[in-house]
Amino acid sequence: MKKINELKMIFDSRSVNESFSRMAVSAFSSQLDMTVEELGDIKTVVSEAVTNCIVHAYKNTIGKIYITCSVFEEGVVRITVRDRGCGIEDVNKAREPLYTSVGGDRSGLGFSVMESFSDKLRVRSKVGVGTTVTIEKRICGKTK
Amino acid sequence: MPVTLKNRNGTLTAFIKGEIDHHTVPEIRDAIDDAFVSIESINLLVLDFYDVTFMDSSGVGLVMGRYRLVSGKGKKLKVSNLSKRDYTIMKMSGIEKLAEINQKNEVYI
Repeated sequence: MKKINELKMIFDSRSVNESFSRMAVSAFSSQLDMTVEELGDIKTVVSEAVTNCIVHAYKNTIGKIYITCSVFEEGVVRITVRDRGCGIEDVNKAREPLYTSVGGDRSGLGFSVMESFSDKLRVRSKVGVGTTVTIEKRICGKTK
Repeated sequence: MPVTLKNRNGTLTAFIKGEIDHHTVPEIRDAIDDAFVSIESINLLVLDFYDVTFMDSSGVGLVMGRYRLVSGKGKKLKVSNLSKRDYTIMKMSGIEKLAEINQKNEVYI
């Protein structure tokens, strides 16, 4: 695939940035001819990934969240959300629908939602080092 | 205020406005729970999503948490006016087996 544009951003794992980050990524990706529906899909997956960094990776501490958003000529958006937080012991378990390690009012649907609103989802994690979530979405656009 | 509450004939309706995510949930949750526990005559809690402009899975957590609160007191919960996307996300949790959920009638202009 041929990359035509790229955005990189680093921000604090503060919950107020959830809204900012999904807006920024969706605004950047919108250079591809996108439907409102597809734009919504991107907002949703970014929101889930960033919330995971805040709630799980950094828990009650503040760390940095790194996002890269690449736009490809073929109409694909690739979003990478990375943290240097606690890491996930069992990625497969974390990806199970309704599984949550924290309880409370968390639904345990983060990864399921990311999966269902994207075309490809890869999770790489190492305990004590951090987690990288890579999401790819093919944009069909308004001309489909 | 992201929530407007109306109590009428034993039904408490919470009209939620704006974006629902992990950051905004606490304020919404506290407003609903405070009203629910302070009024004894409520039989049904309705969460109205008509003016919700964005929701991620935190919204599901909000609904599931309210279900636990309401059903714990033997009362009912209903979720209304969900957008197509929010309805899809909501159904991933299986909440529709526990509470009535419905989509809003969207009019495309």
